[in-house]
Amino acid sequence: MSTITKKKGHEPLFHLTKRSSFPGWAAWIVRLLAIAVGFIVCGLVAYILIEDNKKKPQDLMEFFEKFFTSFYNGSFKLNPSASRRYNRIWEFFRDTAILQCIALAVTPAFRMRFWNIGAEGQTLMGALAAIGAAFYLGGTVPEWVLLLIMLAVALIVSSIWAVIPALFKAQWNTNETLFTLMMNYVAIYVVDFFLKIWVPTDSSLDALPHGALPVIENNYLFIILVAAALTVFTFIYLRYTKHGYEISVVGESVRTAQYSGIHVKKVIIRTMLVSGLICGLTGFLFAGKDNTITTTSIGGQGFTAIIVSWMGYFNPLMMLFSSALVTILNRGKISTDFGVKGAYEDVFVGIVLFFVIACEFFIQYKISMRKFHTATKEKEAVK
Amino acid sequence: MEKNIALSMRNVTKRFGKVVANHNVNLDVYQGEILAILGENGCGKTTLMNMIAGIYFPDEGKIFKDGQEVVIRSPKDAFNLKIGMIHQHFKLVDLFTASENIVLGVDESGRYNIKDVNSQVSQIAEKYGFHIDPHKKIYDMSVSEKQTVEIIKVLYRGADILILDEPTAVLTPQEIDRLFLVLRRMKEDGKSIIIITHKLHEVLSISDRVAILRKGEHIATVDTCDATESSLTEMMVGKKVSLDIDRSEPVNPRPRLEVTGLNCHNAEGVQVLKDISFTANSGEILGIAGIAGSGQKELLEAIAGLQPLDSGEVLFINPKKNKPVTFFHKNMHRVLELNTRDAFTDLTGNPEPFLGKNRGQIRTMINTGNILFKEDEVISLRGLSPLEIRSLGVRLSFVPEDRLGMGLVGNMDITDNMMLRSYRKGRAGFLNRKKPKELAQNIVKELEVATPGVSTPVRRLSGGNVQKILVGREIAFAPKVLMAAYPVRGLDINSSYTIYNLLNKQKKNGVAVIFVGEDLDVLLALCDRIMVINSGRITGFVDARTTTKEEVGLLMTQNHADEEMPSAENDETTEPAAFSENAEETESEPETTDTTADAPEEAEEAVSDDLSPSSQMPEDPDTAVQEDAK
Repeated sequence: MSTITKKKGHEPLFHLTKRSSFPGWAAWIVRLLAIAVGFIVCGLVAYILIEDNKKKPQDLMEFFEKFFTSFYNGSFKLNPSASRRYNRIWEFFRDTAILQCIALAVTPAFRMRFWNIGAEGQTLMGALAAIGAAFYLGGTVPEWVLLLIMLAVALIVSSIWAVIPALFKAQWNTNETLFTLMMNYVAIYVVDFFLKIWVPTDSSLDALPHGALPVIENNYLFIILVAAALTVFTFIYLRYTKHGYEISVVGESVRTAQYSGIHVKKVIIRTMLVSGLICGLTGFLFAGKDNTITTTSIGGQGFTAIIVSWMGYFNPLMMLFSSALVTILNRGKISTDFGVKGAYEDVFVGIVLFFVIACEFFIQYKISMRKFHTATKEKEAVK
Repeated sequence: MEKNIALSMRNVTKRFGKVVANHNVNLDVYQGEILAILGENGCGKTTLMNMIAGIYFPDEGKIFKDGQEVVIRSPKDAFNLKIGMIHQHFKLVDLFTASENIVLGVDESGRYNIKDVNSQVSQIAEKYGFHIDPHKKIYDMSVSEKQTVEIIKVLYRGADILILDEPTAVLTPQEIDRLFLVLRRMKEDGKSIIIITHKLHEVLSISDRVAILRKGEHIATVDTCDATESSLTEMMVGKKVSLDIDRSEPVNPRPRLEVTGLNCHNAEGVQVLKDISFTANSGEILGIAGIAGSGQKELLEAIAGLQPLDSGEVLFINPKKNKPVTFFHKNMHRVLELNTRDAFTDLTGNPEPFLGKNRGQIRTMINTGNILFKEDEVISLRGLSPLEIRSLGVRLSFVPEDRLGMGLVGNMDITDNMMLRSYRKGRAGFLNRKKPKELAQNIVKELEVATPGVSTPVRRLSGGNVQKILVGREIAFAPKVLMAAYPVRGLDINSSYTIYNLLNKQKKNGVAVIFVGEDLDVLLALCDRIMVINSGRITGFVDARTTTKEEVGLLMTQNHADEEMPSAENDETTEPAAFSENAEETESEPETTDTTADAPEEAEEAVSDDLSPSSQMPEDPDTAVQEDAK
């Protein structure tokens, strides 16, 4: 057109389009890259934040070397200072296994879009029940009977704790997020209450002599095997059983579930029962591992499990990776401080996870930048 | 007369991932013309319009407005260029009045003065012939009124190019006529109007030119006066398509589903069904016509066991094809009742053995064993859940209106969606995906579903293909009753005819088909009988072969005229007293219920006429028994 005057407005700098397909391997590369970038950013932040100038390495490369070595040692390496010769790699797998167990517990409910954020309390109640059994029955019955009793009471108490919010949700459509969250606090005070009964004078309960988990090879393998079995079970349960199918349908749309004849209330209660049972099993593992209990025994892993489950797309096998990543970060962060203020450790985990989650956006969407050639053409046209 | 180009697109391309929604589209819109955009589902009509309206940004190509190249980054840019779009789904604030919605988001200097807005709105309405009350709240409005607000909203902002995305899909014939009148006035005023619609006859009646898109490409723009329905379809589909619906005469229709006196309230406590009674016959398509939201959805859901009833009865008559058995029945009332269901035949199989016989003769016939009894299983579906209904062996299929929110699970693949209604079968505990997979493959093959494979999530498919999957699944269970709510909504010509053919095939197989539709032309061409409802009550039954669109249209809006009800929507918000009035009226109007009477009821009348000496007797079963005891 000869009559072209000045073009009105500018092309936007970038716009987003949804990717139709993205190969799986490429997605994994993006995720690994995101983790790497997260680490580098963390390092830079740490470098800036170091207050003590004596500790501050002059060379940035030197700093990064120290940063990563320290992180690696924290996560995996044999602990040279420890008096007991325990193997940090085994410990890493055990921690991953425990986190994976709690994450598996919340996953069926999440698949149903039932936002159960009460795994902390449910697990704690299971652990309390198991410790209670060990406290009262320890020494009076054979050790294997005691373990079975501990497991049974843990399963029962945890599932009760989980089913209560489900009943309210099914009957009166209460908000499960608030309900399960509040149940966590109730659980903490219940533990406090029993501790006051069991140890009225002391501040904490000493490790009980009875009710320790069976030792296979070492203290860790039992828990790892339980978690592995549980992962396979949950995977099959969600993918290949009618229950799992019902959970998915209810999660997608309650209307569709009703249309297909699914008893929605029943599915909600049953699924939370499954969640509660897995929490009970995990609580039993906690009790058998520590042989004692405090109000902070679970240490917030019930909440960490939520992000593990999300990052694994509610797929038990994918969650193995996310729980391992979160465990690496949580363990490694302990050794990364170079005279930076304490809260930096959590900032560190937060930054890396932020990158991991944000990278999913780039897997889903493509960003088209303003095209360079149109910009140059424009200039020519103006001339 | 030399016409000026108002808007033109040059080589516009838009991709979504690998999918090319629009490819090198060149399109001109003149001032003062109505341009229709025609194309199959997923051919990129809406995407193209969204690029003009600033919702999407083109990957390539240029847009010119009045000869000047423009960049439209947002709807706001579009408004500044005087381009306005009226979307298929209205974007209005329910609690605001018409004027408040119209002025919402307008950047104007000076003080906000609603009075000025009201008067301006009235002026615009007067100029183009709209009917609107600027003070009326949106929640009080009918669909047509809401649409009017949307159009005025665009005009208020001074738009001279209006884009309407399927504006007629939700309107009655009368409302469509009114809309077209308004559009013509706007055209005379020099506005350019772009209208997207699937209905060919509307294209022919309203537009000046037609632009046809196929698979994202602009095939041609033709003058409407040179086009015919078949020429347009051919361009649209790329091959010749037959546009006739093959309607066969119902073969041996028998009552299959009897609905009597249904009343129900929805979750908000509004009465949505009022005294609905009808019979659906086997081998027949019963159409249900009505303005959107008149209770069609609730009616079907009530039958399917998804909507709790206040009162009423839903009877499913399961035909027994077993050999007729000799039957001695002492209760004449029961005999007469069963006779209405064609339960009796004589020894030669004649279905009306009692015709013209009196009570004594009937009793003799029964006692001498000259009558065969074929008792259909009558199952009450009232208060049963969908699962209970199925476990009773009632093969009732339901294609709900909300495909992805109710009929299918969007994130699941085709195979998993196949077993939505049947997954309980088979080995305990574990799912068996083998048969559903075979079924999925069959449906994909037979109904020509465009999908990469059976493991593609349903959400990724286009509307027509989603619907084929849903209808295919519901038909695969060999239903006795098939209910379909708006099965062709949003579907293009080709897919629509696939669905019509499927329904017709079911009808020929003796299925009682209930078809809720919105396009009256289709209802008239496809159905055997049409039941018209308005505001949850039946306003009439018509024979689809002899009725006219106008007659059905009048029945659809009867309430408005007869009872000065402002609108269908409004009706639902009025106080309960209004409903009881309605209910009484329907009760006192025998002709409304009379039309539900099918062959069997006529038979009953015939029988009771012949029994006139003791016609009061059959009403009371006890007396009948006593009499027999003597």
